[in-house]
Amino acid sequence: MHADPAEVKKSVRSYITVFVMLMVFTVITVAAASFHFAVPLAITIALVIATMKGSMVAGVFMHLSHEKQLIYGALLLTFMFFVMLLFLPVLAYMDRVKY
Amino acid sequence: MEIPYIVEARPDTGLHNGKLGIWLFLASEVMLFGALFSTYILLRVGAPEWPHGELSVPLGTVNTIILIASSVTMVMAWASLKLNDWGKHRLYLGLTFVLALVFLINKYFEYSEHFGKGEGPWHSTFFAIYFTLTGLHGLHIVGGMIVMAYFLGPGAKLWKKNPDQFANRIEATGLYWHFVDLVWIFLFPVLYLL
Repeated sequence: MHADPAEVKKSVRSYITVFVMLMVFTVITVAAASFHFAVPLAITIALVIATMKGSMVAGVFMHLSHEKQLIYGALLLTFMFFVMLLFLPVLAYMDRVKY
Repeated sequence: MEIPYIVEARPDTGLHNGKLGIWLFLASEVMLFGALFSTYILLRVGAPEWPHGELSVPLGTVNTIILIASSVTMVMAWASLKLNDWGKHRLYLGLTFVLALVFLINKYFEYSEHFGKGEGPWHSTFFAIYFTLTGLHGLHIVGGMIVMAYFLGPGAKLWKKNPDQFANRIEATGLYWHFVDLVWIFLFPVLYLL
C-alpha cells in the first residue's frame, strides 16, 4: 500500500468531525420542521441544510475536495443536466391548458 | 491478459479506470434520481393539497443517523486499508453491512405499517412517489450490501494477491455507498418533513 500514515490519520480526524457535523445538522433539520414555518421558508431551510450536508459527504467522504479535473468536468456536465431536469416541471406548468 | 490501469493511474486521465468508471456510473445515477425528484416537484406543484405527517419522523430520523454512521464506517474501512490494518478494515466493513441491514429492517416495519393501513402506492399521489423514491433507494441499499458481502467473503482474497487493487475496489464501493447516503439526505426532508 502506498499511503502516508500521517496523512491518512489526518483524514480520519476530518471524517469524525464531518460525522459530528452531519449529526448536528440532522437534529437542526428535524427541530426546524417542528416550528411549522410557512411552506416556502420551510422548504428553503430544509434544502439549504440538506445541500450543506450533501456537500460535506461529497467533499470529505467522497474526496471531491481534492479530485482530478476530469471528474470535476464530468460532474459539472451532470449538474447542468440535473438542473435542467429539475426545471422540466416549470415547462410543464407553462404548457398547461388554460380554460 | 492483464487489464491495464486498474491500480496505477492512466497518464491522460490521472485516474485508474475503476475510479473513472464508478464516477460515470454515479453521474447516471444522479440523472435517475434527478428525474424522480423532478417528478415529485411536478406532482406536488400540481396537487390541490399535499399531505403532511403521513410518515414517522422519529423512524426517518433514526434511519438518517444510521445511514450517516454507515458512511463513516465505510470510509474508515477504506482508511484502515491505507493504514495496512486488515482487522479494522473487516470490522468497519462488517459494521457498514450491519447498519445497512438495520436500515432495511426499519424500512420493512415502516412499509408494513403503511400497507397494514391500506396505504400502498395506489392510495394517493403522495404514497405513489414515496414508495417509488424510497423503494428505488432501498434497492440501492440491497445492491451495496451484496457488494459488501462479496468483499467480506470471497472477494477478500484479493487483499493478499494485490492489496492496492483491493483498496481501489473498496474505494469504489465507498463512493457508491456515500452516494446512496447523499440521496437519503435529500429524501428525508423532502418526504418526511416538508
